[in-house]
Amino acid sequence: MPTANWPPAEKRSLIGKRIDRIDGPLKTTGTAKYSFDVNRPNMLWAKLVVSPFAKAEVVSIDLEPANSLRGVKATWKDDALLGKEVQYAGQIVAAVAAETEEIANEAIHRIKVEYKLSEHQVIDTNPELSKDKPSDRETGKVDEAFPQADVVVNGQYGLPVIAHCCLESHGQVTEVRDGELYVWPSTQNVSKYSDRLGESVDIPQNKIHVECQHMGGGFGSKFNFDKWGTIGALLSKQTGRPVKLLLDRDIELMIAGNRPSAYAKMKVGAKKDGTVTAVQAEVWGTGGTQGYNAPPIPYVFTKIPNTSLTGKGIRTNRGGQRAWRAPNHPQGCYITMSAFSDVAAALKMDELEFFLHNAQFTDRPEVYREELKIAADLIGYKQKAHLRGEGKADGPIKRGIGMSMHTWGGRGHPSECDVTINPDGSVETKIGTQDLGVGTRTALAIVIGETLGLPVEAIQVNIGKSEYPTSGGSGGSTTIGGISTSSRLAATDALNALLEVVSKKLNVEPDKLEASGGVIREIDKPDNKIAWKEACAMLGPNPITKRGQCVPGKAVTEHFIDANVGGVQMADVSVDTETGIVTVNEMVAVQDIGLVISLKTAESQVYGALIMGITYALFEECVYDAKTGRMLNPDMEFYRLAGIKDIGQLKVHLMTGKGYDERGVIGLGEPPVISPGAAIANAVANACGVRVPYLPLTPDRVIPVLLQQKGGIV
Amino acid sequence: MKSFEYAAPKTLEEATGLLSDRWGEAEILAGGTDLITSLKQQLTSPKRVVSLKNIGDLKGIESKGKGLHIGATTTLAELIANSSVQQNFPALITAAKNIASPQLINMGTVGGELCQRPRCWYYRNGFGLFGSKMETSTKLVEGTENARVNAVATTKTSTSLVRDGDNRYHAIFGNNGPALFVSPSSLGPVFVLLGATMIIAGAKGQTREVPAAKFFQTPKSEADRETALKPNEILTAIEVPITGLKNAVYEIRHRQVIDWPYVTAAVAFAQKGASISDAAIVLGHVAPTPWPVPSAAKLLNGTRIDNAVAMKCGDAAVQGAKPLSKNEYKIQLVKVAVKRAILAAGGIGKGVEG
Repeated sequence: MPTANWPPAEKRSLIGKRIDRIDGPLKTTGTAKYSFDVNRPNMLWAKLVVSPFAKAEVVSIDLEPANSLRGVKATWKDDALLGKEVQYAGQIVAAVAAETEEIANEAIHRIKVEYKLSEHQVIDTNPELSKDKPSDRETGKVDEAFPQADVVVNGQYGLPVIAHCCLESHGQVTEVRDGELYVWPSTQNVSKYSDRLGESVDIPQNKIHVECQHMGGGFGSKFNFDKWGTIGALLSKQTGRPVKLLLDRDIELMIAGNRPSAYAKMKVGAKKDGTVTAVQAEVWGTGGTQGYNAPPIPYVFTKIPNTSLTGKGIRTNRGGQRAWRAPNHPQGCYITMSAFSDVAAALKMDELEFFLHNAQFTDRPEVYREELKIAADLIGYKQKAHLRGEGKADGPIKRGIGMSMHTWGGRGHPSECDVTINPDGSVETKIGTQDLGVGTRTALAIVIGETLGLPVEAIQVNIGKSEYPTSGGSGGSTTIGGISTSSRLAATDALNALLEVVSKKLNVEPDKLEASGGVIREIDKPDNKIAWKEACAMLGPNPITKRGQCVPGKAVTEHFIDANVGGVQMADVSVDTETGIVTVNEMVAVQDIGLVISLKTAESQVYGALIMGITYALFEECVYDAKTGRMLNPDMEFYRLAGIKDIGQLKVHLMTGKGYDERGVIGLGEPPVISPGAAIANAVANACGVRVPYLPLTPDRVIPVLLQQKGGIV
Repeated sequence: MKSFEYAAPKTLEEATGLLSDRWGEAEILAGGTDLITSLKQQLTSPKRVVSLKNIGDLKGIESKGKGLHIGATTTLAELIANSSVQQNFPALITAAKNIASPQLINMGTVGGELCQRPRCWYYRNGFGLFGSKMETSTKLVEGTENARVNAVATTKTSTSLVRDGDNRYHAIFGNNGPALFVSPSSLGPVFVLLGATMIIAGAKGQTREVPAAKFFQTPKSEADRETALKPNEILTAIEVPITGLKNAVYEIRHRQVIDWPYVTAAVAFAQKGASISDAAIVLGHVAPTPWPVPSAAKLLNGTRIDNAVAMKCGDAAVQGAKPLSKNEYKIQLVKVAVKRAILAAGGIGKGVEG
């Protein structure tokens, strides 16, 4: 009988092939319904009242003026806040549900909230503002190592707080009906979203129905039902009507999650041949009111003998951090790779040579070296490379190349999946996973189609409902590992059950059979076969349904999945040294991700990560005003995202084949978004001969460095 | 957005009659690309919105004497597509195209582009046109003004949030008074450069003409607006004389897609043989109004356009600039924009040559 293990390369008809995403037409025609698009009969619109102050006691909340507005159906206030302090601007204080969005908007402006102001603190660039006990970690002895180094390079680097800025904001449509709770959230965690959502409205979890068919981005910020989930349920219960509550862009940017900032003083010691011997880092930053974990430094080069890292968290009255695509890695990467690039420049050493040499301090030197070489070839490194600041300039436009290396875990989350073979030959799967836009549906169709010898179109993929078998949240790049394993196991079991039935007809033991190209046939005598549809007809009235389960530890042991990947990225940029405008000409991403299930959507995932990375390298920052404590750019106008013309050429190379495939499946969501900031910043330094220390690389940061002006934006 | 009365009159006279003699009571709707967001954010909460869409006379571009008459509700797309504009005023074409958003270009009107309100992030976040409204003491807070979050009753502070705060995008010229925002208009500096005349209709059908340079005004109080328009007047057309001057604009902006420029420079001059005369330079996004720099322009007269001359003018253009705490970098950007605009107007490359 066919085993569930991944088929060898020569046996794969769908796995690892470039296959269009199966929901592509739905999305390009607007047929796909995002949670934002869900409209229920008789639905109300809810809007939130949030604090305009970064720190203030809520003395009273008067809902009455809103209640008296025609069309307002329910109001809610946070009584737990009375007499307590809000901790950041944007904190939710009250809410309104009304017949239309316009009425709800007008109503929230009528609610009277009395605040007693306290002193706030929103600044994160000054380490002296840290009041927490610093974290300290040392390996080896940096104090002894620095005096022995041939060169010691000091530098300061930083990246600001940025938001997830999901294009579909957070929120949901909620309907409390007949004692049951139906909710259509924008979530990356369908199976486990409901959690304790029902507590506030006294509805047990077994009466909560969650559905999310399509969603517009989560990036780590959409695992939980959140306060707006509770408010939606309360307003729906109060009115007996469905309630739509999706965050407006300003609130989304202020409170729905962010990536903590990181600023660092770095001291790196190296030998003349480039060998790094010691790294000392003092890092500070903020994740809002919560505590702070210092990013991993030195990043990737974890085997450097002497390192020390001091982390200083600054608590600020700003919306709280959430996991942002590879939490803490982009920060650790940017700071480490920038400092290393500065060491190479100080040694007048070719940067590629420097990174190749120091790959000895990584977990997987051979993989990184191979990836560095491939990336160098793809970007034309030999033709374009020059020592820092020594490129031939065409007028004021200077070009440069930079690089960076990163790592990530991956593995797979626990996942259960049902696969059903119907007597009419149709196949369907039910699995409580979600597609964040990355191609989860397509990957499922590929795995099941591959297993059953059918094309992807033959597989009906049903995801996005909590009624379906439980599958994990999409975090930590674990989805593809989880769902590919559970669906492979389910489809294999279902096939084997079918082979049992068919074996009698073909007069051969089931383990001598295979499903391929729409037929079931004898492996050694392919002419002894039966068409798929005919085979299924033998099931009579009884479909076959089998459940597959990914148990992560077991799945690793059995080589379904694995963890720990390496990636290398290079950027080719132009810097207009008169205007400080940085343009990305080209980026190359080389990534090891084990066995690739869906090549085309995997590559798309990397393209998306590069675009997100270019965006945070060049444009993104949450700007806070010290005096008012407010975010100044909670909009898509000054919270800038890259547009299509800002991206440049992107090249993606996935490491596949021998040495990679047999590791099993490894997630790809996180790793390719880690390096762009570092690679681009290093390219800018390479181009213009000086380090611009702070992201994003805007003219207001680049020009002061080039002209050695005082001040400038941190 | 607060509920309001919506009027879409068919004649100009009706339209002016529907306006108020006090700012904020009625607002004019053209393409809506600025007004709608201002309404939503309650930066303005008028009792009435008067749409110009049914007034046919306000649309279109035609020759008039020795110039072009551009109706105020002509869209930016129509402006860009007009062959007379293309032929005579490449600076206008470049400025309009640089707005870089198909949505804004297709919906936005020439008049609306000139009358749009500042993008200052203190203003847009509800801290008032000058960024001087801030809650400083405990009091009952009731919402009317604040756009972003629940409305806040505001008190005037003696200090400027902009001056003390994040002013990276703010004015480096004309910033002695309380207004520190920059004029957001991309077409404004070009119309000033070209010596255009604004045609304004007032109540009871009278019209008056205002030179473009006087149309833009720095407000003295938070209740004032940024143009010479009175609350019950409508900008109906812009008349641009065809003088045969070479003209170009150079804009420095970060994103290639829709983005606000850091600075722009518009340059015009007559070129007979190789010699330059009648030069004018107007900067954008550096002051509360478009900002002519005649002393820098004068340096062009009698010269031949080359890199050295262009640089000299660029350097001269920033004389008298007073950067705020976080926008000194704009000085450099002005120098470069002026240099490149001169080279572009002179037909020398794209202007980015050293």
